[in-house]
Amino acid sequence: MLESIPSQALLGGILIGISAALLLAFNGRIAGISGILYNVLFNPLSGSERGWRMAFLVGLIGGGYLMLPVGFELRQGYSPILLIISGLAVGIGTRIGNGCTSRHGVCGIGLMAGRSMVATATFMVSGIITVSILRNFIG
Amino acid sequence: MKRIIIALISGLIFGAGLVISEMVNPVKVQDFLDLFGNWDPSLAFVMGGAVAVTLFSSRFIMKRKTPIFAERFYMAVTTSIDSRLILGASLFGIGWGLSGYCPGPGIINAMINPTEAMMFLPALVIGGWIGQRYSA
Repeated sequence: MLESIPSQALLGGILIGISAALLLAFNGRIAGISGILYNVLFNPLSGSERGWRMAFLVGLIGGGYLMLPVGFELRQGYSPILLIISGLAVGIGTRIGNGCTSRHGVCGIGLMAGRSMVATATFMVSGIITVSILRNFIG
Repeated sequence: MKRIIIALISGLIFGAGLVISEMVNPVKVQDFLDLFGNWDPSLAFVMGGAVAVTLFSSRFIMKRKTPIFAERFYMAVTTSIDSRLILGASLFGIGWGLSGYCPGPGIINAMINPTEAMMFLPALVIGGWIGQRYSA
């Protein structure tokens, strides 16, 4: 039974949870990556409001860098059109829906926010439908 | 300054967690979403592990009147479940399934798979900007 638990996935998940808990406990902020990114890019912010968000993004990239190289094979030759449509849909969707996997899935559910539970269920279902269609009818 | 350091540490741990868990591998994400095909359930443990920590910790954190280094908790202003939320989350799910990238792993993939990030990330920013125009 224990061997069947994917330990890397579980460890990574626990780290993500600790990261969100730290930011909330010390700074009172939600670790929502899309919101942090859009605020830095599109909203006029004061120095300190911009500063912590920039620090989080720098940390995110740095933390990923420290764990490289990755143990999986890189995908090659994936459709550029799909990547671009995907980026647009993720961008518009996370802005209109006020959050992505981190904001709704990790932080919001942790705070028992009904709004985030509904959002998470919605993007899981729409993601599952999309991959089913993509793999069975397109590629 | 204290808050900047906390945000940096929080970001570092988040980024490390995304790579260790393989959330940054778009093929694995698509396999996880492929419930009716060749389903790989392992990424359920990423969200499971993360939510277990946030559910447990937020019970203690939210008992405090204020955060440790800040004057208040910055919580969501909106609590209603409306059509914007459903539309936004549906669109996000479609985009997530099409490539296997959500925003965090998309950003980190600038270092892992720059060829794909070069197409995904600018589109993400343009999408966010379009969404912003219709949100204000």
